Amino acid sequence: MPEPLLDIRALDAFYGDFQALFGISLAVPANSVVSFVGANGAGKSTLLKSIAGLMPAKADAITFDGEAIGDKPAYDVAKRGIALVPEGRRLFPSLSVEENLMIGGQLGRAGPWSLARVYELFPVLFERRNTSATALSGGQQQMCAIGRALMANPRLMMCDEISLGLAPIIVRDIYARLPQIAAAGITLVIVEQDVAQALKAADHVYCMQEGRIVLQGRTGDITRKAVSAAYFGV
Amino acid sequence: MEWVNTIVQGILTGGLYAMFAAGLSLIFGVMRLVNIAHGDLIVLAAYVALVVTETLGINPLVSLAFVVPIMAIAGYVLQRTILNRTLGDDLLPPLLVTFGLSIIIQNALLEIFTADSRKLNAGPIETASIEVLPGISLGVLPLLQFVLAVAVIAAMQFLFYRTATGRAFRATSDDQPVSQLMGLDNRHVFALAMALSLAIVAIAGVLLAVRANFDPSIGPARLIFGFEAVIIGGLGSMWGTLAGGIILGVSQAIGAKIDPGWQLLAGHLVFLFILAIRPQGLFPKVQ
Repeated sequence: MPEPLLDIRALDAFYGDFQALFGISLAVPANSVVSFVGANGAGKSTLLKSIAGLMPAKADAITFDGEAIGDKPAYDVAKRGIALVPEGRRLFPSLSVEENLMIGGQLGRAGPWSLARVYELFPVLFERRNTSATALSGGQQQMCAIGRALMANPRLMMCDEISLGLAPIIVRDIYARLPQIAAAGITLVIVEQDVAQALKAADHVYCMQEGRIVLQGRTGDITRKAVSAAYFGV
Repeated sequence: MEWVNTIVQGILTGGLYAMFAAGLSLIFGVMRLVNIAHGDLIVLAAYVALVVTETLGINPLVSLAFVVPIMAIAGYVLQRTILNRTLGDDLLPPLLVTFGLSIIIQNALLEIFTADSRKLNAGPIETASIEVLPGISLGVLPLLQFVLAVAVIAAMQFLFYRTATGRAFRATSDDQPVSQLMGLDNRHVFALAMALSLAIVAIAGVLLAVRANFDPSIGPARLIFGFEAVIIGGLGSMWGTLAGGIILGVSQAIGAKIDPGWQLLAGHLVFLFILAIRPQGLFPKVQ
């Protein structure tokens, strides 16, 4: 088996005295789509933040492309090719749509993604490129946040709760673009509360509960019922 | 005609106040740091210019070529080594540390340069004037100061809204964790902002030193003028800051015209009046 792009071994995470992750171990192969499901507080977002460098971790707990990055700060992790689409979009309110995209591309990684390519993927962003990011609808903001992450030309893109607060039709629309992103050679990690969406989009699914992985498997081999059971912990 | 003259002189002085304010407003905008040592850094820049002009025997205006980079580098180092450690959710630590820095700068200058008043001599340009209208003549030096102030504000506006560095400043100001996800090292971005702030401080310091006497104790009053200009203009607006400086300068000039003892009082009164009727300032940034 080839070396995975992202390799996590015995990762713990803490908020003060509260332990949010307990010895998480997993491997994400290159060019795969992996999703994490679980209830609120299961540790999904914490896991993504740890990988992105926003939470302190041991150096060898996270290996990306053969290098230990667990103790690297977020800006360094970003330069190595890991992008995070944060929960709640978190666009920069004082920047226009285009400036939000440009700042994503500012770290100067070479690759296929450019303003033109992002606008091709999300034409509505081109129409609204000069408006303030706060003036966009929720779905457009999510597209902008994904575009901003793509502009960095990442090797691994992590999306935290893409569907949060969006109408189902918009969620379907955004998920419909993910295969194009994966086809461009980007490995995707998706955190999702919507189990059906997560199972449909991914090759491999992990279910998390109270900071631990309680179920995992290829999406073809795993039943919806088993995921639901793991999700609710029954 | 005398009154027109007074107002024109006030406007020109306002340019200098706007420059005091610009660096202050930049730092607050990017990292929510209230730099109490700002006025003393202006005075420090004046003394750096004094040393440079005396050592090299050059005109103070030429010395800007040395003073600006020296202060910018000092700003970068100051931010990386000290001020970055004070930043967090609490506004108090940076306030206390810059207050301490203010005292250290004042006393160090006092030890090295004594309490004697000093002035930089810019040569014949100091007394040169041009008559723009019959009865109204403008000093070349105050005019140059004003033009420089407008140029500095325009350059900052350009930098903030048209360059990658400006985007980094605004993004970091908006959301620090997410700006790091964009590959921006906050510590470096903050240090760049402080370097830029002290580059402006350097220009303001040299202009101040050419215009009037200075000694180690005058920093805090410059800080007050800077604060007042920022608040009158409205936080976050560069052109507002220029307008704030001009309003302050004109108020002081009119006050001084009525009675020389009223110069500072008139400025403070106008500031308080505007704060009372329009606490957000005249031109707050629309969000």
